[in-house]
Amino acid sequence: MSSDAKALVAGHAAFAEGLVSAVSQITGQSEQFVTMTNTAMSADEIEERMRAVVREHGIHVIFTDLPAGSCTIAARRILRDDADVTLVTGVNLAALLHFMSHGEITSHEAAVSAAERAKGSVLVVGVPGGR
Amino acid sequence: MAVELYRIDDRLIHGQVVVGWGQPLRIGFIALIDDDVAASEWEQELYRMGVPPEMDVYFATVDEACTHLPGWQADPRPGIVLTGDIATMARLVEVCPEIRTVNLGGIHHREGRTIRLRYVYLSPDEEVALKRLADSNVTITAQDVPSARPIPLPDVLESGGA
Repeated sequence: MSSDAKALVAGHAAFAEGLVSAVSQITGQSEQFVTMTNTAMSADEIEERMRAVVREHGIHVIFTDLPAGSCTIAARRILRDDADVTLVTGVNLAALLHFMSHGEITSHEAAVSAAERAKGSVLVVGVPGGR
Repeated sequence: MAVELYRIDDRLIHGQVVVGWGQPLRIGFIALIDDDVAASEWEQELYRMGVPPEMDVYFATVDEACTHLPGWQADPRPGIVLTGDIATMARLVEVCPEIRTVNLGGIHHREGRTIRLRYVYLSPDEEVALKRLADSNVTITAQDVPSARPIPLPDVLESGGA
């Protein structure tokens, strides 16, 4: 984990670690991201751990995997106390890659832009019987 | 009976409940029995946020749950009744004796608890409470997701965390 990290990626099992490893494979960098898993933790432990990571790394953006997930619930509790943190749930690889290249815009704007990229990157190709 | 699962899960409404159980059982509603959540609009909105629109979420105190339970059981849609701890489920069974099965879905590490399964940690008091519940003719099994094997309470209590 890097002290330069700007975003936390959190989710079930090895979701966050896997996603950030993919970022690293594609770009050769992943220092912007800190990861955490919810494995084997109670809701209280997840929130406690997430608050500690946010504090330690000065996190302003949290990416989570699932809207109903326990990491998302914990992140929303943090947002209630900290107006400087933005949550993006339903994150995917396209979103993280886009977030990395946000340049000079604010973390919040970068998060919003990453969310739009995430939505736009989910495509259905082909139709039954089509060529 | 429309209630497919009476579950104890300290994460309350989360991925394993909404997706893990919700999708294969085609769950139409989740009833969260928690006195604190029932008293807080903000908490209710928090848990409602992640649930798909086709799934209803009901919030109730233990006392209110007993009143609502016949309606939930008569609901043609399958549902899940959820508590965050053993004590709340024990209170619920006490006032709603028609509950005959309880699922241990997630009781995680806390000081004073011993690991019994990867997702079940129990304190001595909680073990006593579960045995008392089982003695009142409630079948208790541990099962985190539908594809896992249900583990009967005696096996849970003898397990060292495998």
